[in-house]
Amino acid sequence: MATARMNTHRIAIVGAGPAGVRCAETLVAAGFRPILIDENRRDGGQIYRRQPEGFTRSYATLYGTEADKARALHDSFDRLRPQIDYRPDTLVWNLTPGQLCCVSQGVHSTVEYDALILCTGATDRLMPVEGWQLGGTYSLGGAQIALKAQAVSIGHRVVFMGSGPLLYLVASQYVKAGASVAAVLDTSPLGHRLKALPKLMARPGLLFTGLKLLAQLYRAKIPVHLGISPLGVLGEASRGVSGVRVRRANGETLTVACDALALGYHLRPETQLADLAGCRLRFDEASSQWWLDTDAEGRTSVSGVYAAGDGAKVRGADAAEHAGRLVAMALLRDLQQPVEATHLADQQRALKVMDAFRLGLAEAFPWPAEQAGALPDEAIVCRCEMISAGELRRTVSEKGACEVNRAKAFSRVGMGRCQGRYCSQAGAEVIAAAAGIPVQEVGRQRGQAPVKPLSMLTREVTP
Amino acid sequence: MNARFVRLAEQGRPVVRLKVDGEPIEALQGDTLMVALLTHGPALRQSEFDPGSRAGFCLMGACQDCWVWTRGGERLRACSNEVREGLDIITRQPEAIWPLRG
Repeated sequence: MATARMNTHRIAIVGAGPAGVRCAETLVAAGFRPILIDENRRDGGQIYRRQPEGFTRSYATLYGTEADKARALHDSFDRLRPQIDYRPDTLVWNLTPGQLCCVSQGVHSTVEYDALILCTGATDRLMPVEGWQLGGTYSLGGAQIALKAQAVSIGHRVVFMGSGPLLYLVASQYVKAGASVAAVLDTSPLGHRLKALPKLMARPGLLFTGLKLLAQLYRAKIPVHLGISPLGVLGEASRGVSGVRVRRANGETLTVACDALALGYHLRPETQLADLAGCRLRFDEASSQWWLDTDAEGRTSVSGVYAAGDGAKVRGADAAEHAGRLVAMALLRDLQQPVEATHLADQQRALKVMDAFRLGLAEAFPWPAEQAGALPDEAIVCRCEMISAGELRRTVSEKGACEVNRAKAFSRVGMGRCQGRYCSQAGAEVIAAAAGIPVQEVGRQRGQAPVKPLSMLTREVTP
Repeated sequence: MNARFVRLAEQGRPVVRLKVDGEPIEALQGDTLMVALLTHGPALRQSEFDPGSRAGFCLMGACQDCWVWTRGGERLRACSNEVREGLDIITRQPEAIWPLRG
């Protein structure tokens, strides 16, 4: 019975980052052959993104403090590859119960599944600042990809602004690679970090790595300012970014000349496919954003649909590896397959530590919700279609749209080419501030298919 | 115009030749279109909604800010398409511009 089931049970995993690869590995060890679908051309996800063929930088150069983990994940994947149905360069753009709609190189296809595991990862979480639509402003993750995957700096003189551990990681990677870093500007004040220390002590090794990165920046004489308030990105429409202006913690205004800005405030999960599958989301108070409502092992509210990694709950790459193994074991147990109890307990224990740490991070580097309310009316919220904070506020004050999807219908914030990935959370904060209600009460932008734009030339090929 | 991106390493790769707005440029094998274009100039395209030029944003295929066009009219996401010998790229939007601002 068990063997027959293993041969016929179709398991689809979406995403080949740390969660997806560890999940596939656990299922293969149990005798399954999962389908692993990934939008990227190579495995590793964003964090352990592999450089293209023909690039020669070493793991130490590419991944720094994370080199061993990156190599281990890539090696695991390489061993796994003959034992899974791997489909790179493939976007899952929609799903219906039991079926994924995919597109790869302009060709549409469907994948049938009995169990679905979403390891869809995260993107940068952004808070607009006046002028952020100027060419030369990049997401923090984007700045890292430029360096990691292409060996380029996003500019001749780069400012890093926002908050979160990635701010320091990417800035120090830029310094190490020989790029010119003009400043690191963090909205989080020192006091928050000190208060969060007990929680951050859950992972002393990682805390030490963080302090080491900071020390590297100081040693390289990079100006690091904490507790700043962004005032604007300076520049001119055709030439793009020429500087950044902030208010320092002591009240002084500081202008830093630069031709590129890397901007980001930690991460937001990619929940669109889970949303389309009907999975419940819940508001996470600590990070002030909507996450998938899963049980401790990764079961969503929809039977047969599972989720792991930052796409479910933003806890970082290490947690994603454990969550990937754990979600595979949850599925195995649901299929009445044996699971090694100590292996299961190891993952659960590790995740508990990471949960404590992520609460510390959320406290140390908080999402600066108050910036949304303080945005000048002229500031652009939607970069895609150039819609301003004032226009969004007017949908609240003149049309009474106190719910995100209603406000989107009136203002088009969230309706442009990024489909709300980079404006919707900040948009919700603008609406909440204008309506004078808590942000969880304005709701969240619902997922819609196609989850990314499809080319008009996309065709179906009948076998 | 000045280049936006700066190459820091991996410069020994074979050269790939393509055209951008009719002008020949040289890129390196394995470059994304975005890197090929932004190591030669400051922008990828102009915004449909304002006089501003755009140079991409997320580099991971999520924001769609970096679309450029082939001469044949096909739209390519510059951050996730690699250069190919002989590509003929257009950075001026073939559709009508709709300047709401400026």
